[in-house]
Amino acid sequence: MDKRVFFKGWWLPALLVAPQLLISFVFFFYPSGQAIWNSLFLPDPFGLKTEFVGLDNFRFLLSDPYYLASFKTTIIFSTAVSVSSMALGLYLAALADRLIKGAGVYQTLLIWPYAIAPAIAGVLWLFMFNGNIGLASYYLKALGYEWNHTLKGDQAMFLVILASSWGRISYNFLFFLAGLQAIPKSIIEAAAIDGASFWKRFGTIVIPLLSPITFFLLVVNIVYAFFDTFGVIHTITSGGPEQSTTILVYKVFSDGFVSQDLGSSAAQSVILLVLVGILTVIQFKYIERKVHY
Amino acid sequence: MVEKKKSGYWLTHLGLILGVLFIFFPVWLTFVASTVTQDAIIYPPLPMLPGTEFFENYANALFRGSPEGYGAKVPVIKMMINSAIMAIGITVGKIIISLLSAFAFVYFRFPFRNLCFWLIFITLMLPVEVRIVPTYEVVANLNLLNTYTGLIFPLIASATATFLFRQFFMTIPDEMVEAARMDGCSPMRFFFDILIPISKTNIAALFVILFIFGWNQYLWPLLMTTDPDMRTIVMAIDSMIPTGDDYAHWPTVMATAMLAMVPPVIVVISMQKFFVKGLLESDK
Repeated sequence: MDKRVFFKGWWLPALLVAPQLLISFVFFFYPSGQAIWNSLFLPDPFGLKTEFVGLDNFRFLLSDPYYLASFKTTIIFSTAVSVSSMALGLYLAALADRLIKGAGVYQTLLIWPYAIAPAIAGVLWLFMFNGNIGLASYYLKALGYEWNHTLKGDQAMFLVILASSWGRISYNFLFFLAGLQAIPKSIIEAAAIDGASFWKRFGTIVIPLLSPITFFLLVVNIVYAFFDTFGVIHTITSGGPEQSTTILVYKVFSDGFVSQDLGSSAAQSVILLVLVGILTVIQFKYIERKVHY
Repeated sequence: MVEKKKSGYWLTHLGLILGVLFIFFPVWLTFVASTVTQDAIIYPPLPMLPGTEFFENYANALFRGSPEGYGAKVPVIKMMINSAIMAIGITVGKIIISLLSAFAFVYFRFPFRNLCFWLIFITLMLPVEVRIVPTYEVVANLNLLNTYTGLIFPLIASATATFLFRQFFMTIPDEMVEAARMDGCSPMRFFFDILIPISKTNIAALFVILFIFGWNQYLWPLLMTTDPDMRTIVMAIDSMIPTGDDYAHWPTVMATAMLAMVPPVIVVISMQKFFVKGLLESDK
């Protein structure tokens, strides 16, 4: 896809792309190269010299029960966040789409949490579920349920999933609403005249027509849950208790900056790099379909 | 709407209102907590209606910082200024470098054009979180820790905006360039007098998305800033909450949380049209 008509000369365009290329090299290609390079070395405990170990860092990681546990945690966490926030987003979008008047008002009321930083969302939910003063934990205690997410791993997991999904509903709502509004009303009406109920129409017409957007959202939400939720986890649980909420990106941070285990942290970065690369390729395969909305 | 049953209509509204309440509730509680005394919070349950300490708590947070000594006593207004500089720096920086490079890619033929395009395109793929340790080293070697430059530049290195402007420029009819060239218009004149004015809505849409992206950065400022005076509001709030059994000064913390939410929420609501356009087209 190229323009027929263009300007002549090569030094001006070279000058125009120079700033972006320069920044990309200094802050992107060089560090990424470093990550790959460092993943092949093992620094000694005093940080005086490093030893070339080939793929040993990776071999070690893939047999390290903590790393494998973190993988499992990430899968459970990102699936739960994606599915719950998409389900709620679709539910609200389907309701808003039924309205002739007022859908715009609900859109305004529902989309603003997109602007709230994950770390701040974490603080809000932490406040509600704080063991001593939180409103939610107070009423749970009154009902006879002991809430203490600083000690119980499954409660911690539930809380970070809740906080991460909450802020994400608006994003999914907006995309699903745009998708629903793009479906021609005549198709729905034709089915209604043929006697198909709301749920029948929803299952056999709306869901299939929404499938490209659903797939796109699934990928984007998984990427969100992999990386952007760092703030939620850091503010609520710091990966605990006993690493029960340590997702992969949190482990890169805690191994690299807290424990200073640079070889392992670099190898983890490379694994994440490969994972996100795969997700992006999948996303771009489908972006063509996405632009129709 | 196909059916016109009255009950269905009210149920639709009811469902939506429940959704809106679920979204609003944590923020409402935060607001209430930011207007009461510490005692009202540490002896639960928290009241459901705002208290009388609004001005007291916000003035405290804004100009004096957290009184309990958790987190250095940096006034929140300082953090908000840091956040604003970082957010606007990222936004403006990204928009400028992407406009320039997208212009070069679409309107020029030059050696290694495809190679340059792919090099930039690849940066779409990796969030800063993945290459965090080596990026930190680069910035440390350049002596940019605790500087605005160090906060801003590594986050500009992403191709989302370039990609979007390129897509948009491709849809502009060729006749525009032809006419401009026939009138003897130089490339940069074409860029400033024609391309930028017709890209206005796209620039506004990206502005909203990138401002939120910049304001809400967490991990990068967390690593970068050891000097309390350089902290941004979103990352600093965590240091106001002690771990363990100590009490944070919750009214100040919650006032800070409100102050961290207000600017990006205002941007989203006041520029809603551009926000929706930007989000649906850029997904970042």
